[in-house]
Amino acid sequence: MASGAGGANVAATCIQPENALSTVAILLSAFVLSVTALLVFIWSQRSSMFDKSAKAAEVIFAPGEIGTREDPAAGTALGLGNAELVDRARADASTAPLVFFFFCCAFAWLLVASAAGLTASIRLHEPDWLAHQPWLTFGRIRTIHLNAVAYGWAPMAGLGIALFVIPRLLKTPLVGAPFAFLGAALWNAALIAGLGAIAVGLSDGLEWLEIPWQIDILFVIGGALVGVPLVLTLVHRRVEHLYVSVWYMGCALFWFPVLFLVANVPGLHRGVQQAAMNWWFGHNVLGLFYTPLALASVYYFLPKIIGRPVQSYNLSLLGFWGLAFFYGQVGGHHLIGGPVPGWLISLSIVQSMMMIIPVLAFTVNQHQTLKGHLDALRTSPTLRFIGFGGLMYTASSIQGSFEALRIVNAVAHFTHFTVAHAHLGLYGFVTMVFFGAIYFIVPRVSGREWPSPGLIAAHFWFAAIGITIYFVSLTIGGWLQGEAMLDGSRPFMDSVTLTAPYLKWRSVGGALMAVGHVIFVVHFVMLLVGRSAGRVQPALLRNF
Amino acid sequence: MHSETRLLAGGMTMLSIATGALVVIPYLTVRDATPLEGLKPYTSAELRGRQVYIANGCVYCHSQQPRARSFAPDTERGWGRASVAGDYAYDTPHLLGTMRTGPDLFNIGARQPSEQWHLGHLYQPRAYAPDSIMPSYPYLFEAKDKVDPGDVEVMLPSGFAPPGKVIVASHEALDLVAYMKALDHGYPVLQAQPQPAAAASR
Ligand code: HEC
Ligand code: HEM
Repeated sequence: MASGAGGANVAATCIQPENALSTVAILLSAFVLSVTALLVFIWSQRSSMFDKSAKAAEVIFAPGEIGTREDPAAGTALGLGNAELVDRARADASTAPLVFFFFCCAFAWLLVASAAGLTASIRLHEPDWLAHQPWLTFGRIRTIHLNAVAYGWAPMAGLGIALFVIPRLLKTPLVGAPFAFLGAALWNAALIAGLGAIAVGLSDGLEWLEIPWQIDILFVIGGALVGVPLVLTLVHRRVEHLYVSVWYMGCALFWFPVLFLVANVPGLHRGVQQAAMNWWFGHNVLGLFYTPLALASVYYFLPKIIGRPVQSYNLSLLGFWGLAFFYGQVGGHHLIGGPVPGWLISLSIVQSMMMIIPVLAFTVNQHQTLKGHLDALRTSPTLRFIGFGGLMYTASSIQGSFEALRIVNAVAHFTHFTVAHAHLGLYGFVTMVFFGAIYFIVPRVSGREWPSPGLIAAHFWFAAIGITIYFVSLTIGGWLQGEAMLDGSRPFMDSVTLTAPYLKWRSVGGALMAVGHVIFVVHFVMLLVGRSAGRVQPALLRNF
Repeated sequence: MHSETRLLAGGMTMLSIATGALVVIPYLTVRDATPLEGLKPYTSAELRGRQVYIANGCVYCHSQQPRARSFAPDTERGWGRASVAGDYAYDTPHLLGTMRTGPDLFNIGARQPSEQWHLGHLYQPRAYAPDSIMPSYPYLFEAKDKVDPGDVEVMLPSGFAPPGKVIVASHEALDLVAYMKALDHGYPVLQAQPQPAAAASR
């Protein structure tokens, strides 16, 4: 596979044959070497990061908790005589106002992003609608959508969840919360300025990195301030074992600043090299920031809710280090067929396929853990969202691996197929997992139950059906579009006209998703204004 | 216990490897690719037009990277030969793009050299391609009662200008079209054969 892709790119990069051969040889040996090193490394981590006993997997439970199901309830099932639970209550209390603030921001950005996404979608089949408003033109409103998702909804929800989970996992109250408050305020101010800049046409011009670098400085300061309490808490921790979720969240919090800083230094990147950097960043934001935050949530909430430790710690380790190693190098698959060096493309294709390993490790592990507890998927709102999200992680990752193969990529690249894939990952997986986690956390930070199981079920079904319509329509439409473009005997316009019905279906799916989000936020507001007064039972789903 | 140190050291090592491969090595090898002979630097009007292209997000529908014949019929469609690193020597920020909702534009200047066509197409794409889903950009134009000296009037196919008005191009529209016309990378690439090898050995 490596040699095939490398060889075909020779033409594009004009490397002489003998050069290409040695490139492939170097690449292959580097690959074998690095995978061996990875295995040795994982082995060496075994003793430090987890015991041979299953102890480490049990740190998320207080004594006596294993075997009991837990779900969003303001009170706790076990008596307060349990010292662990007192600690946990303390950890929760230390983060409550902060987490609450992050979630409020996340909700606001979710609504902004949905409105912008829906507008962009409709503009693709009604191109003269609102055409007189510069800020509503497709190129700008689409970018506002992406940035509101990428720097608003996803990090606010993900960091809010991390701020809640990390003190729990370290059994230590959060240290230095005011830093994070200030940081979040700066971050949101930066995002407002950034979206405003895009709306008036000020942009750095790189996908995922449109916000002008002057504003990025605010993001850097804000992000660093949010990181301070997490580091302080890690230093003050009282547990020996770092639970799997801490690995993911801890690394994500260190990875993201590096990505963001390297990518945004003005004047550093140029031409084709800038394109390679662009997709190194674009894919790593997904793979090394949102994905680990969401996987950490699955590793925490799934076992917690069903009351059973994660099945295999060995698999967790493989999943984590596999992701850390392979994911970073897949970005080049966004440039297959492009004017970048052939070895870079080959490397990214190979590592995209290798991603199957950590993905399967995760999937098998969660499946084994859930075995025998499937009924909880029906009653627990959190588990239902997280279960759906976990499945979509597997689906979108495997799809992504194959999408990197040249034969598939030749069709799918440059089409709406990719957009479908992006939403399967960032919506079907990440966003659904975050929804589930928020359903668990909000009652604990507000001391109030969710008022209506019916609204939770409605949210779930609108989101699930919406993303299904979205994904299926764009996948089919995108594939047909790609095939039309590959057939030199068909005029280009064929690829435009044939997508029209699918783009309309995408708007339908997107509208359902947006309705789901409105229900979600309305429900949250109902909780805030006290509509749950008197409800002491957890809001479990029944007949939906 | 230093497990957090080991965890973070491990995590950062992994990211460094990826950064080395995808950022540092390209930085050392292709960042300063020599412009191919025949590639002209942009004029200031073309650069301003490039900024208009960025500001209005044309890149989310148009790529600028024709692929090789072995890959796709891009050349047959008149989009030009497969591009190479030296074609992008003056392109910062890069605008390679990842979508082809519309055609590749890397050689649009050769394919469509008419200023009037570009202006009219930007004002209303459906005047030229009835099924186009490209947005119209009326805000880059002005509808006036009469043409003033120095104005560039846009000659639209009949029925597309508002009744009784003339459509005049803004500076932004004119700059953008200057940029479109500059997108012409038809010069040969063979001359540069030894160049990537030289770059690789640097
Ligand atoms: C929503 C996607 C979309 C956006 C945004 C978009 N275009 Fe297009 N563009 C198309 C489609 C579809 C076509 C093919 C039909 C046509 O000619 O209108 C096209 C065609 C073109 C053509 C003619 C290409 C050819 O081969 O004849 C040019 C030139 C062009 N666009 C320039 C631009 C510029 C400049 C911008 C930004 C101001 C832009 N486009 C924004 C979709 C888009
Ligand atoms: C309300 C429902 C939504 C609609 C209607 C919608 C619509 C869109 C549209 C039209 C685009 C532009 C695609 C293009 O350039 O052709 C887009 C891009 C994108 N959206 Fe959404 N979106 C929605 C929700 C979301 C959510 C909730 C997320 C993630 C949390 C998300 C993540 C993304 C990403 C990552 C892209 C970039 C994809 C790419 O260019 O490949 N979207 N969306």
